Amino acid sequence: MALLEVKDLTIRFGGLTAVDGFEISIDQSELVGLIGPNGAGKTTVFNMLTGVYLPTEGSITLDGKNTVGKKPYDIVEIGAARTFQNIRLFKDLTVEDNVKIAYHNQMSYNLIQGILRLPTYWKEEKKAHESAMELLDIFDMKMYAKTLAKNLPYGKQRKLEIARALATKPKILMLDEPAAGMNPYETKELMETIHFIRDKFNIAVLLIEHDMSLVMGICEKITVIDYGKIIAEGKPDEIKSNPNVIKAYLGE
Amino acid sequence: MNLNNKKSYIINIVAVTLLYIVLQVLMQNNIINRYYQGIIVFICINVIVASSLNLTLGFLGQLALGHAGFMAVGAYSSALLSIGMRGMELPVIMHLGVALLFGGIMSGVIGYLIGLPALRLRGDYLAIITLGFGEIIRVVINNIRFTGGAQGLTGIPRLANFTNAYWITVAVLAILFALIKSRHGRAIMSIREDEIAAEAVGIKTTQYKAIGFTISAFFAGIGGGLFAHYMAYLDPAIFNFMKSVEIVVIVVLGGMGSLTGTILAAGVLTSLPEVLRGFSEYRLLIYSFVLVVMMIFRPQGIFGTAEFSMDSLMHSPKAFLKEVKKEAGGDDDKGGNV
Repeated sequence: MALLEVKDLTIRFGGLTAVDGFEISIDQSELVGLIGPNGAGKTTVFNMLTGVYLPTEGSITLDGKNTVGKKPYDIVEIGAARTFQNIRLFKDLTVEDNVKIAYHNQMSYNLIQGILRLPTYWKEEKKAHESAMELLDIFDMKMYAKTLAKNLPYGKQRKLEIARALATKPKILMLDEPAAGMNPYETKELMETIHFIRDKFNIAVLLIEHDMSLVMGICEKITVIDYGKIIAEGKPDEIKSNPNVIKAYLGE
Repeated sequence: MNLNNKKSYIINIVAVTLLYIVLQVLMQNNIINRYYQGIIVFICINVIVASSLNLTLGFLGQLALGHAGFMAVGAYSSALLSIGMRGMELPVIMHLGVALLFGGIMSGVIGYLIGLPALRLRGDYLAIITLGFGEIIRVVINNIRFTGGAQGLTGIPRLANFTNAYWITVAVLAILFALIKSRHGRAIMSIREDEIAAEAVGIKTTQYKAIGFTISAFFAGIGGGLFAHYMAYLDPAIFNFMKSVEIVVIVVLGGMGSLTGTILAAGVLTSLPEVLRGFSEYRLLIYSFVLVVMMIFRPQGIFGTAEFSMDSLMHSPKAFLKEVKKEAGGDDDKGGNV
């Protein structure tokens, strides 16, 4: 059984059907791309998968559990983490705290134990600190641990957001345009990072992207949507030569 | 607990105790007379109430405009219990402790009840609800019999003095500092920073908003209780809208998200009207002028979100000043689409 199984996903905002009958199936540690022209409904799909929007119709099953109608924080618990198109970091907190917040649910000391600084507090905080440092080290950002997130260069902010998502220990990582605003060099570096994450953490990755070279380069499977409907599905090579895709992107 | 932590704990305990001893000695020798002693107790009360509001305003990032209402709940409920306990002949510290705790809990419960519906929504609903609550509570107290109504509540045992006010303030601040440096505190701050992102990393935002706001109301109640036991008389008119505004001003001036900033601002703003007594009718004018100047030149408050610590002062005062300076600059838009 697939890790993420989406069937007949539809959302209507008043009279506008933003996404119509979207379907996708992602296996464990699969790298899948979701592409489409501006306004096609890619981010809307993401928002439904992560519980921000409630779909009008359809079913989403993640790791055997239904996620429709669940809150975003419950879906994180089940195992889906995401990043945002327009970076959403905790800007006025340090890089380390950004990651530590994502460890919140993996720690168990309660309010009283925290305030009284009982041994559980010290033990778990120490562990969180160490795991955060380990994770930042993977992204080559250990030296920024005490920097405020807003003071990081753009590329590093993107990386921090991915690191923060990974800290929730997801089974699937959803990246919303991770290469937006990056130069070709940074994009290439990002491609390597995404590949590395998938192999290192053995998780599935769903990627929304505009940058064709990025998507074609790393995705094993691609779904193309336009006006909320799936217009093509398949391997990168098949997508490249699909007349529907060419029409959607370049016009007739 | 590593060595660094231990060191900073010891430094803080020593500094707090030293300050207490110095003030106590000055009072014994009458260098600080009873008038100034009273101002110091009011500073303590304002520090408690304002730092509790800072938890909502600065750390949780929600606007609350009715903190005087929570003070009133705490003040009246602890005072009424205290009057009832008069016959029991308890030691002062126990009597005061029980009364304050009761005031805090009552205030916390009411805070939870009015906060929960408002905090489920995003936006400034809490401001409107707390604004209304502050007025309602004052009118209710004015019109029921057992609170003494508009004539005021008399006969409250005068149990608060400089010593216990000082240590209660220290305890409240220690709890708040410990809270914000725990996983719960980080969850609260993540809501201020970006609610959508907080949810996306697994923070139950409604729950943590309720926790933060309830704790905030709890300590406002403690502050109110302390006020009641120092004044020994309560009048509902004290807890009017201007009192709420005064507390908000302390928090904003000190820096939203900086407890040490709140302490400093509470000290300055509580003593300023007294210092300016010589200017008689120009007093309020100068007070307002200071606020306007402050907001023009340092809109993020004295400390911004930086915290002053004895530890960093001893190591490198320059680094701390740099931190404070770095705090300059406006806040970015936190709304927008996902």
